[in-house]
Formats: sequence, structure tokens, C-alpha cells
Amino acid sequence: MLSRTADSLYWLSRYVERAENTARIIDAASRLAALPAGYGSATNEWESALAATGSKENFAAHYDEATPETVVDFLAFSPQNPSSIKNCLENARTNARSVRTALTTELWETINSAWLELKNYSPRDHNLSRLADFLRFVKQTSLSFDGSAYRTMLRSDSYCFTRIGVYMERADATARILDVKYHVLLPPGAQVGGSLDYFQWSSILRSVSALTAYHWVYRQNLKPWLVADLLILNQQMPRSIASCYENLTRYLDMLARHYGRQGPSQRHARSTFTRLQNANLDDVFQSGLHEFLSEFIADNNRLGSQINEQYLI
Amino acid sequence: MIAKAFDEMTALGDGCRSGYELVQAWLAATPAETLRQRQQEAELLFRRIGITFAVYGDAEGEERLIPFDIVPRVLTRPEWQRLSKGLEQRVNALNMFLKDIYGKGEVLKAGVVPEDLVYRNPYFRPEMQGMQLPHDIYVMIAGIDIVRVDADTFYVLEDNARTPSGVSYMLENREVMMRLFPDLCARHRIAPVENYADELLATLKSVAPGSAPGEPTVAVLTPGAFNSAYYEHSFLADKLGVELVEGRDLFVRENIVYMRTTEGPKRLDVIYRRVDDDFIDPLAFRPDSVLGVPGLLSAYRAGNVTLANAVGTGCADDKAVYSYMPEIVRFYTGAEPILSNVPTWRCREPDALKYVLEHLPELVVKEVDGSGGYGMLVGPKADSATIENFRQKLIRDPSKFIAQPTLALSTVPTFVGEGVAPRHVDLRPYVLTGADGVKTVPGGLTRVALKEGSLVVNSSQGGGTKDTWVVDVPITDAAIMQFQQQQQQQSRHRP
Repeated sequence: MLSRTADSLYWLSRYVERAENTARIIDAASRLAALPAGYGSATNEWESALAATGSKENFAAHYDEATPETVVDFLAFSPQNPSSIKNCLENARTNARSVRTALTTELWETINSAWLELKNYSPRDHNLSRLADFLRFVKQTSLSFDGSAYRTMLRSDSYCFTRIGVYMERADATARILDVKYHVLLPPGAQVGGSLDYFQWSSILRSVSALTAYHWVYRQNLKPWLVADLLILNQQMPRSIASCYENLTRYLDMLARHYGRQGPSQRHARSTFTRLQNANLDDVFQSGLHEFLSEFIADNNRLGSQINEQYLI
Repeated sequence: MIAKAFDEMTALGDGCRSGYELVQAWLAATPAETLRQRQQEAELLFRRIGITFAVYGDAEGEERLIPFDIVPRVLTRPEWQRLSKGLEQRVNALNMFLKDIYGKGEVLKAGVVPEDLVYRNPYFRPEMQGMQLPHDIYVMIAGIDIVRVDADTFYVLEDNARTPSGVSYMLENREVMMRLFPDLCARHRIAPVENYADELLATLKSVAPGSAPGEPTVAVLTPGAFNSAYYEHSFLADKLGVELVEGRDLFVRENIVYMRTTEGPKRLDVIYRRVDDDFIDPLAFRPDSVLGVPGLLSAYRAGNVTLANAVGTGCADDKAVYSYMPEIVRFYTGAEPILSNVPTWRCREPDALKYVLEHLPELVVKEVDGSGGYGMLVGPKADSATIENFRQKLIRDPSKFIAQPTLALSTVPTFVGEGVAPRHVDLRPYVLTGADGVKTVPGGLTRVALKEGSLVVNSSQGGGTKDTWVVDVPITDAAIMQFQQQQQQQSRHRP
């Protein structure tokens, strides 16, 4: 397959995944921001939303203050934000368009219809129900993208590259969301912020669509360290870092079998996955959650460059 | 000034020409409202599939649909057989002409075509002189634009021997018609077009370099996703089952062309390129081109890769050379041309120029190397200022222009908002030439000028397309009766 095609497939699915992540973050932030003063924490939720999407500095270059309007505008629609939902969906379509031949009709139509529908939403209609519609539309797009990839694509190298894009993006997003909130995810015995942080924890779970999953897995009320366990180490949880790496290893290995040779990206993903499998939560807290997460984000980026060098250029 | 146009369904009165019986019955039985709904469904289908094109110089409409008209254009099999014989003859002559002008130049020595028209032609590529192409084929894919003025007269309006586009519309139009009007389609014996892609792939493989393996690797080369015909490029690559490559996906090492793939370099044998000569190789042609592949031309000259169409074919579809096509056909085939040219005045000849200047309001004047309907004067439609303006251009550089009479192009019934009305059409059949000869796919792309009275069918200027049917005739009275009964039943069941 052409390297450029692989590159476009990879970025196509990264952008769709990124759009969904951003939509979930906006969703969670607006819920939290709607609580009466004293229920949430002292932090400005909208600033956390910016931090979780890694766009704080870029935001500051264009706006003075993080208000619901400015942040939603920036994260969802702004042309100045390369990762705004609008830009993500537009980039996804540009990539899709340049590799149409590698996509199934269903996959192409999902992206193309989303791009067409995007025109119906504008930053000007600022009301909450309209925003909720928009966020639902974005999540729906990502679901049907994944669904049509799963149901219609040949299990060839093309499929591997779309999956690898999804899991690279998702691992990065989960780590960032956790890192923004690491101060409320303290180990047992430490000074806990009490019930006030409850809404912070549930908001983290909600932003990765894991609130129900939490109750199924742990069958108890929200404990911050269990939230961290679920999202970092639990392989059953499809958004956890460990699960992302299980999948990255699987699809990179599938590629290697397909091409009859493996390289640095396979070795790197496998070693990260092994470390995650062998880690336990105490170790993570021992070395510091924040340190663990920043190290992981850097490590994940290294895998990204290796994939790039090995296949995409 | 323009004679009353010949209508392909009703001739000149209100009768019905052979082949159109069922279409006429269908149009008579279907209310305008239903047609409008179907028209909208068709548009939705095209938009969903993403069949769009870009209009240059139009920031808003970066992507637009070419309007599709749901009324098919019908040609009978005998009409098509005559046309296709003419097309084969003409494309054969084009290939022989190209081999000749890049070889011995006999047609020039014999004085059939003036030398300067070839050697000073902007599309003439000295790089091609003395090259031996596989099976001597230069134009593997040709699109010959044809217009009709009455029941028996078809004229060739122009030859497209570089990178004729539009074939994807021919294929998709048929798909959409079969989906929207299965009854109407099934009642006819319509010659299929869907094998075009297979024929094209076979053609491309047949002209692979001698050094290529038994199963040569083929790719479609596109300028990229921002090109107006990008949809078509990706469509074709998909149907052919080959890679769609851009210049940056290819590189040349020791005169061999490779694709960059996830498994390392892969050798390429045949390139169906949809990039103009000027842009294919920055080392050989325009150095500022980022669309091309450095070194491609030298790999080509070394015989390690086939380009389809060959470099330098623009020399044969130039409008000035066009005017010599009847002589060219006679020179190489020794036979009378089956398809005639539109009578053409070459403004480079003083007598012709004099005539043209005297008759500008009646004539269509075109630039010899123009395309897409740009830079032409349609005399009867132009106001006097435009004509005077054009007159000055013509006097300054007469050899850049040819002139033709304003033809009364045939019309075909077309759905236009309020109902069905006649609109002018042309036809672009696609002609493939491979190692085993020339093939045509029955029909081609019908382009229709949607504006009332307009003669300009180009998609960039408000033209649309129609599905083109080559049908077996006669259609029996029994079949017509049966169809009418069915239509009546359906309209009774309609809510």
C-alpha cells in the first residue's frame, strides 16, 4: 500500500477519534460547570477542558478569558484551533477524500455526510440544547465510523492503520484527561477532598464514557484510586491505556505478519504493553500519578514517530 | 439566425423517432411533480456518493455537483454502429499521425499538414522524436466530442487526445438511472457500459514496456485532491483496482519508476496519468511543478515505463490541427473519413480570416489551444462590444483562432423545473486503443446545455449530463402497449 494512503488512513481515524474525545470533554465540562458553587471544585472547569485537550496556550493567544462561550467556540468551531471539532472533521474528510479508493462506501459516506451536516451547526447558535445536539452528532459520527470500519473493511493493512490511529489517539486522550485531574485522584489514606470531589470523579468517567462501566467492574461507590485503575490498567475497559496498548500491539503485530517483517514500532508497543500489564496501582502512585502520566504521554509520542518512520513516509 | 434545431425524440415535428417510443410514453404518463421528486433523489444520490467537481476561480463553490438530467438520451444501435466505425477510423489516424510527426514526418513532407503547425505547436514535444512506443500507440484513451445537426449528420467538434475526462459520469449516470428507473431501463435492450473499467485495464496492461513482468503494475497519477477531476481519478483507480498516486508517491532511481509503499519501493510499469505534460516532470518541463516526478521523462525515454496517454499528444487535438483531420484520415487510411468535421475556417489563412472578420456575428470563434468553453466567442449570442473586442484579438494574432458556423445542435427532451423541454446536447464517446486494436464503449457522455437556447454544454459553464443509451430497435408496438398499461396501473396506485 502507498505510504501516503497509510498516512491518510491513520490520520483520518485519529481525527475522528479526536473529535469525539473533544465532544465528550465539552459535555463533561458543561455538566460540571452547571453545578451550584461548592459542588465542583474551585477550578474553572472550562480551563480544565482546555488543558485536557492540550490547547491552553493556543486558546490564550486568541481569547482573554475562559468562559463557556469562548471555550465551546474554540474547542468546537474555531478555525484557529487545529484540533477543534470542526477542523478535525474537515481534516478527516480531506484525508478520506485523498484515499477514497482505500475506503468502503459506508466508511466514506459516514465521513462525507458528517462533513455535509457540519454546515448545519455554527458557533452562533449558542443554546444548550443545540450544543447537546451537536455533541451527540459528533459522537454518533465517530460511532458509525468505527462501526462501518469494523463491519465493512477488509482485514488488510488498511484496516490495521485505521485501528492504530484510533488507539494512538485514544491512549493519548485518556492520559491527558487523567493528568489534568490527577490532583483529585489520590491514593487511599491520603487527604481526600471529600464528597465535593465526587462530581470531579464522575465527570472524568463521563468524559471517557465509563461511568456505568465503573459500577459494573467495582460494584461500589466512586473511589478516586479505582477511577485511576479503571482508566489506566483495566484491560476490560476499552478506553483504558492498557486496553489501547493491547490493541496497538495486536494491530502492529498484524501488520508485521502481513508484511513479513517487524520493526521498532512493534518492539516499542509490546514493551509498553508488558509494563502496563505488570504494573499495579500502588507502583503508579508510588512514583507519582502525574509523573507516570507525563512519562506515558512522551512514550506514546515516541511510538507515534516510530510508526511514522516505519510506514508512513 | 440559428436554424430550428433537430430534436432527437420528435425530429422536427411532434412525432416520435425510433428508439424513443418508451421514453416518450414515460414522459407523457409521469406528472412533472413526480419527475421533480426523481430529479431530487438523483441529486441526493450523487451528493452522497460524493461525485463532485471543483470550479476554478470560485471560492464558495469549492465542490459542486454537475447537474444530472433524468431523461435519457437515446441512440439506436445502427446509429451507434456507424458512429463507432467512424471513431475507430479517426483514432487510428490520430495514432498514425502522432507516430509520423515524431518519426519520419511524411505527412509534413507530403504537404498535407503545414510544418509550422506541428513544429511550432506549443504541445509539440521534441523529446518524443525518435522514440519507439509499445505497439506505436500514443493515444490509449481518447474522447471525441460529437454534435449532431439532423437525423443523419454527426460532426466531430473536437478530439481530446490528452486527458479526456468525464467517463466516471458516464458510468455513474447509468448506475443512477438503473436505481431510479428500473422499469424503464428493463423495458429496453440497452448496451451496457459497465465493462469500461475492465477494458481500460486490459488496454493499459497491453501497452506495458517490453521489460515489464507478465502482470505489469499499473497506477493512476492524479494532481491531487484539489484538482477539479479528482473524484474521477479516484473513481477510476478504484474500478481498475490500482493505486491512485500523486507525484510525491513516486520516485525515479536509475531510470526506473517506483512507488513509495508501506513495504518499501515498488516498481511501476504503466502510468495512466491525469497530469498534463507540462507538470509531469519538473526536470524536463516546468521546473516549478510540484505535481510531477523528477526523472519521469528520462525513465519514459529509456522505455522503462509507459505513460498513457503518451507525452506530446496535445499536438494532435489542437483545434488548428483538427481542421486538417479529414486530410489526415485520408492520408493514413486511404479511405474517406466516416465522420466529418464541422466546416472550419483557419484564421491563419488570409482568405479565411477575411471571411471570418466579415461574418463574426454569425460564427463561433475558438482559440486553437483553448478548452472548457473558455475564451471563445459565440457570435449570435454576443453583444456588439464583445464582438468588437474579439475582433481586435483576432486581428492581433489570427493564427491562434479558428472559426466555425453556429451549428443548430440537436436537442433532447430535458427536465427543467416546470416540465420537459428540448435542450441542446453533444456527445463524448470514449475510445480505447491497446495492443489488440481500438474499442469503443457504446454510448458515452451526453452533455446538455441546461439554459434555454444555450449551446455551451461545458460543466464549468452551467452544463449538465445525461445517461446515454444505445438501444436495440425496433421497439415493438406490443412492448409500448405493455409499458403504457403498467404506467397507468402504477399511477392508479400512487397515493
